Amino acid sequence: MTASAEDVRKEPMEGFDDIPGTTLFDAQRARQGYHVNQFCMSLMKAENRAEFKADEGQYLGKWPLTDAQREAILKRDWGRMIELGGNIYYLSKLFSTDGKSFQFVAATMTGLTQEQYAQMMLNGGRPVAGNRSKSEWK
Amino acid sequence: MAKIVASVNVSHVPAIGAAWDLKKTQEPYWKPVFEGFDFSKKWIADLKPDVIILVYNDHASAFDATIIPTFALGCAAEFPPADEGWGPRPVPTVIGHPVMASHIAQSLILDEFDMTIINKMDVDHGLTVPLTLMFGQPQAWPCKIIPLPVNVVQFPPPTGNRCFNLGKALKRAVESYPEDLRVVIFGTGGMSHQLQGKRAGLINKEWDKRFLDSLASDGEVARKIPFIEYVREAGSEGIEMVMWLISRGALNARVKEIYRFYHVPASNTALGHLILENA
Repeated sequence: MTASAEDVRKEPMEGFDDIPGTTLFDAQRARQGYHVNQFCMSLMKAENRAEFKADEGQYLGKWPLTDAQREAILKRDWGRMIELGGNIYYLSKLFSTDGKSFQFVAATMTGLTQEQYAQMMLNGGRPVAGNRSKSEWK
Repeated sequence: MAKIVASVNVSHVPAIGAAWDLKKTQEPYWKPVFEGFDFSKKWIADLKPDVIILVYNDHASAFDATIIPTFALGCAAEFPPADEGWGPRPVPTVIGHPVMASHIAQSLILDEFDMTIINKMDVDHGLTVPLTLMFGQPQAWPCKIIPLPVNVVQFPPPTGNRCFNLGKALKRAVESYPEDLRVVIFGTGGMSHQLQGKRAGLINKEWDKRFLDSLASDGEVARKIPFIEYVREAGSEGIEMVMWLISRGALNARVKEIYRFYHVPASNTALGHLILENA
């Protein structure tokens, strides 16, 4: 049986890996990062935040994280957390617990200070020219 | 019958809600943002909608990773503001329209859109920031609101074309509701922004403008934009703009552009705003 034109999936999911400095939060990464993200969600409750702050390592022990995920969380390596399946909206519960902002975390991931990053945004943001393909990044 | 008469499209940057709540609207950074809505506030006060269908996405507030509905419809009588980790925003509880929402849910499902029906839900900044921008801080929101959350956090979100067609189905659902009600549909999120990775901070004014131009026309160009173009050109979180295609699809092919506002930056994001009425 041949598929009719209507049956053919039109939306490609390929090519995203060529976009530099970007990790797509797709179904496989969501699966990989499920416990990272659910750990972050637990910090929506004040009593959990208090328990986490009192002993981060012990609190993280309640979640079946990989060693790499656990280390990235303890080091607050935001870029690494994203690579290991964390999603920024979930991670926001963790950096809010730390008293940090989206802008602080975004700046950290780009290697800029928060002041430099804020100034870049005031200047109109990061331009798309030169940032579309990994071939444009050295 | 009920009728969708206009769409309001607007970014829902959380920092805007915080700026309002912390009374920073007159600070130089935020003043131009809020002034960009002076016209819109007047316009919607004159229009007096009976119901708003508000298309937005939840940001790991009401939904966590356990259940991820692609399209959902809020059928509850009310929706309290969510505690996003620093206490709920000091804004009125959203009053729903359970009778109309249930009618819409039924109509959409029969139209082959498999909606998740939500009878209990807190609503986060994705829904409340657009209301703040359009209505300021009233004691109560001036009309009933039917929330329509869309998954745009975990890829793949629904395609732009699917969103556009959901808009068309919403139009049919509303127009088959017997009561004479004036309905405005909100499409929220966007515009270009990226909150993660070494490319964070990406803004693409030219692309955003083309997107707005397409919506102000018949939307046919915008509905065909593939995911990869959103991510490459408008940033990983720019994908939220597929939600503006739901609001566009709910209007007639011919529309009149009533108002447009665009401002960079609002925190990490290009703020876009477009009001359309059926021509």
